[in-house]
Amino acid sequence: MRIQVNGETVYCYTNSRDIDHDKPSIVFVHGSGMDHTVWTLASRHFARHGNNVISIDLPGHGRSGGKPLATVEDMSSWVMSVLDTLEISEAALVGHSLGSLIALECAASHSDRVRAIALVGTTSPMPVSDAILNAAEADDHAAFDMLTQWGFSKRHQFGGNRNSGIWMIGNTLRLYERSGPGVLFHDMRACNEYTSGTDQASKVACPALLILGAEDRLTPVRSTRALQEAIPSPLVEVLSGAGHTIMVEAPNAMLDALHKVL
Amino acid sequence: MAAPDYPGLDTLALHAGAQPDPSTGARATPIYQSASFCFPDSDYAASLFNIERAGHVYSRLSNPTNAVLEERIAALEGGVGAIATASGQAALHLAIITLMGAGSHIVASAALYGGSHNLLGYTLPRFGIETTFVDPRDPQAFADAIQDNTRLVFGETLGNPSLDVLNIPAIAEVAHAAGLPLMVDSTTTTPYLMKPFELGADIIQHSATKFLSGHGIVIGGLLVDSGQFDWEASGKFPTLSEPYEGFHNLIFTEEFGPAAMIQRARKEGLRDFGACMAPTSAFHILQGIETLSVRMSRHVDNTRAITSFLLEQEQVTRVGYPELDGHPDQALAKELLPNGCGAVFSFDLAGGREAGIAFVDALSVFSHLANIGDAKSLVIHPASTTHHRMDAAALAAGGIGEGTIRLSIGLEDPKDLIADLKQGLRAAGKAAGGSR
Repeated sequence: MRIQVNGETVYCYTNSRDIDHDKPSIVFVHGSGMDHTVWTLASRHFARHGNNVISIDLPGHGRSGGKPLATVEDMSSWVMSVLDTLEISEAALVGHSLGSLIALECAASHSDRVRAIALVGTTSPMPVSDAILNAAEADDHAAFDMLTQWGFSKRHQFGGNRNSGIWMIGNTLRLYERSGPGVLFHDMRACNEYTSGTDQASKVACPALLILGAEDRLTPVRSTRALQEAIPSPLVEVLSGAGHTIMVEAPNAMLDALHKVL
Repeated sequence: MAAPDYPGLDTLALHAGAQPDPSTGARATPIYQSASFCFPDSDYAASLFNIERAGHVYSRLSNPTNAVLEERIAALEGGVGAIATASGQAALHLAIITLMGAGSHIVASAALYGGSHNLLGYTLPRFGIETTFVDPRDPQAFADAIQDNTRLVFGETLGNPSLDVLNIPAIAEVAHAAGLPLMVDSTTTTPYLMKPFELGADIIQHSATKFLSGHGIVIGGLLVDSGQFDWEASGKFPTLSEPYEGFHNLIFTEEFGPAAMIQRARKEGLRDFGACMAPTSAFHILQGIETLSVRMSRHVDNTRAITSFLLEQEQVTRVGYPELDGHPDQALAKELLPNGCGAVFSFDLAGGREAGIAFVDALSVFSHLANIGDAKSLVIHPASTTHHRMDAAALAAGGIGEGTIRLSIGLEDPKDLIADLKQGLRAAGKAAGGSR
């Protein structure tokens, strides 16, 4: 589905369905340099289970027009604009990595419109190494390589995808390669500069679920303590064997976990 | 700070796609010899059918053993995904029927394996898909043959029978300028000798029967998608970019992004045409791939030893191997195939058909059969076997002489292979009326 948001044509995957205002809505928000396709399995699942699914391409990503937004706060405001355009008053938000920060910020700043959040592969603050930032700023392929390799658990460097026939490393790399110049840098910088996450987390009033990869090397479980302590009564699921790219590494376990708040 | 290295080819050949079996700890990939797989509950079943969960339903669509092989070849080639098929021909057919229908057109190299030529030249026209065959050494010929309804450009990394080295970078540029993907058959080169995706190809087909499995014990094919071709931007592939009624109007490019092509091939082509690989075959091919580098290196070393020997023989009037002086693709081979040009080549014997037959019949280490890519050395005399219906003129048009011999060099001790060839040359000499 293509809609107009802030003067730009943007894309939302809806499982080829119109929005039904009698159904609950779930917004899926991808991570840095990615697009809506990372949520294909989950969004198809929750669409069949009676939800409106809105899997967005952030501005300048995937099929959406416009330029990448600079800050997590800008991105969360933009997500609210998407809901406004679709005339959705309340939604659950599922976000991965950068998308999890956007979901967190939405829940804190627009608590009246967010009924639940699921933060996948998350932490806050989410510092990004200079090596990645510098490579991303230079549009150096090394940034894609670093994120791809460190984005998977060590065991999944060799694959073992339960989704038959898909080489998870290769598919992730191709997604990064499809991102436009500068897109990854904008996203990484936004992650790096969003330092108010734990403060904002204390304002979360809706049910919150953290889905973490036990072998995540980009947002390690141990780094999530502050976030877990800041969010009032969060549910936490740590998935064994998974790294940061949880939607790919543990799609079924993630789906089962999501049912706890969706 | 440099990015960490990806695992190397040899490591991927052993590990990619595989994890120790979660239920038994088995280190080798087990053969999951099961037609179908149990569903824990009805909703789980529905979610598998509706592409919501990862898992297996029925072994025509996917199988855990095949999945390891598929991921392994995709990793070795640097693609996004792959499908294991019943044969190499099934992989070629699967790619074609995924990308086009009746009324479409293919531009293909004229130097193809006979089975591929039969499919494109004789069988597919009956289903409304025509092919124009062009000189594999002439990228402009590919460009000139492209029509409005062309949907694929196709060639072999090393053409049959003259080992024409496909200029993949140049032909990919031609294809991409026309909004078309380039598919290559990389059977004789394998990812050890060439990585076609890095050169610009978009789809790879393998007959895994040959060097990938490596021991002449199994029939199988592999189709690999690079994920690099932009099907939507091309605008010529509605099977991928428009709603598919056969799956609740799913749009493959929308839902699977870079993996659109290989997903459609599985969800439709494998489902409906059914040319799936048997899990035991996948197991055998996996065992072969584990030693791919070691074998291919030895195949090439032995081939170089044999071609050097043959070049010195008076009865041998031509040795067609791209590394050798006089081969028209020698320079291109150095650029694209620095580790060797495979282990299949042909040479011409003086004395014509009778000499060729005598030569083959006198060999004892080389096996006389119609295959390539075995650990054992193989030989065939095309004029009396695969091309026996053709007269001398027709053979010549195909680059084959009455005394042409095709060899697939195996892993034996090269001195024993040379001794065997000497025996054959003596017999050929007698048949040709010579004194040797």
